[in-house]
Amino acid sequence: MSTSALINVSAIMSGRVLVGVKRVIDYAVKIRVKPDNSCVVTDGVKHSMNPFCEIAVEEAVKMKEKKLIKEVVVVSCGPQQAMETIRTALAMGADRGIHVEVTGKDYENLGPLQVSKIMAALAKKEDALLVILGKQAIDDDCNQTGQMTAALLDWPQGTFASELSMEGDKIKVVREIDGGLETVKINTPAVITADLRLNTPRYATLPNIMKAKKKKIANVKPADLGVDITSRLEVLRVDEPPQREAGVKVETVDDLLARLKEAGRI
Amino acid sequence: QSTLVVAEHNNDTLTPITLNAITAASKLGGEVTCLVAGTNCAQVVEQVSKVQGVQKILVAQHDSYKGSLPEELTPLILQTQKQFNFTHICAGASAFGKNLLPRVAAKLDVAPISDIIEIKSPDTFVRAIYAAVTCPPPAGVSEWLEQCLTKSDRPDLTSAKVVGRRGLKSGDNFQLLYDLADKMNAAVGASRAAVDAGYVPNDMQVGQTGKIVAPELYIAVGISGAIQHLAGMKDSKTIVAINKDPEAPIFQVADLGLVADLFKAVPEMTKALDK
Repeated sequence: MSTSALINVSAIMSGRVLVGVKRVIDYAVKIRVKPDNSCVVTDGVKHSMNPFCEIAVEEAVKMKEKKLIKEVVVVSCGPQQAMETIRTALAMGADRGIHVEVTGKDYENLGPLQVSKIMAALAKKEDALLVILGKQAIDDDCNQTGQMTAALLDWPQGTFASELSMEGDKIKVVREIDGGLETVKINTPAVITADLRLNTPRYATLPNIMKAKKKKIANVKPADLGVDITSRLEVLRVDEPPQREAGVKVETVDDLLARLKEAGRI
Repeated sequence: QSTLVVAEHNNDTLTPITLNAITAASKLGGEVTCLVAGTNCAQVVEQVSKVQGVQKILVAQHDSYKGSLPEELTPLILQTQKQFNFTHICAGASAFGKNLLPRVAAKLDVAPISDIIEIKSPDTFVRAIYAAVTCPPPAGVSEWLEQCLTKSDRPDLTSAKVVGRRGLKSGDNFQLLYDLADKMNAAVGASRAAVDAGYVPNDMQVGQTGKIVAPELYIAVGISGAIQHLAGMKDSKTIVAINKDPEAPIFQVADLGLVADLFKAVPEMTKALDK
């Protein structure tokens, strides 16, 4: 191994990974729209960490366990409840948290553009080697924050990752694309977004949940980071998808095929 | 009012979703310009030139556009934007478009909108504020290594008909479905359970976190109907459910339901279609 390669490896081992986690309505909850069509009902509804964010946390913690990086810092933007999501990540093995406090109207209007500005500012402040995010949140399904964070930092992006491996000071990313997989090699620092099959997130054990209570969570506001969170978008209304009526039951395969022929489907 | 459509292609053929993006751009009104960036894309340019609704084609050929890396394409789009001042920039909502457009949008300090329907609203405009012209120098921060696409003679999942089902005991049982799908010239999809169990490749997954399909006909074989799966196929024109459990939630959304053992019903269907 050449001297320069040795330096690169040690640079990575001392690196820090920033992981973004979002608090969303739990995936198992049936979503209801408010009668005034302004947004969905969130009061009294079970919330959890966005499943793709769990995968991002797991990947960062695994990297630390393999001694590829030295610290995992987890970030969540939102009101007081965002702390619960940060605690969950700390219980999974992250080292410390940053709660970016956003409340009221600002929180309602908080979108990928604003969050990516916050993530980019924190990545610089924390001198992160990697930012790992979920590929999308299951509430707005935007699939934008990682790409936008990478753009604002002018860092390469490894999105929809299903496999990561360090190669010197670069990262090889196997990506899930339409119709198959793609492999890219990107420089660090970089932004990675986690797809479903990157790993299986661990459950936090009781001792680790207890330990997580002692870990530090810093509180900052977007303004402290010099970030303007003015929204460029306005949600006009939210509607329930049209209900699909249950159809008829048929008795036999022949009956089924006859009806499909009649409908011109086969 | 003018729109830039970023073409998705593999240097030989234009990806069909680009046509959807062009149609959307036409609906926005004004001139539609299509950007074709690649390593050797003359054939694609020819295809685009025949598409109705495209007034102008911009071609950028350079080795650095191999693999359509967003790190290389973003500066190109920004320079194009500086020169032409488009009111909208759009692409298909595929892995390509989703990887690229948010990066472009962040550089322009605008909020991208993932759903083309929302661009119809005058309030939800991708407003261009940035800038430029010729091919910028390669960024050189990322390197495209390979793409391995699942080889299949069957139509793509997004095409006309889909037969989808949950994995049973093994991937071999999917053969029953392939036989039926072949008879109907249909694609085969799968639920997350089947993909996670390794029975079928990832890109066959239908559902919220997989592919969203809206075919003419969707035959759900042995699928119980988890919310996440329904989210991926509920816009199909006709949904057929075959399940031996009469209480399966899939029957609540199916137009035609057959309570039967799939191991009997599916081969019977294949045979009947043979006649």
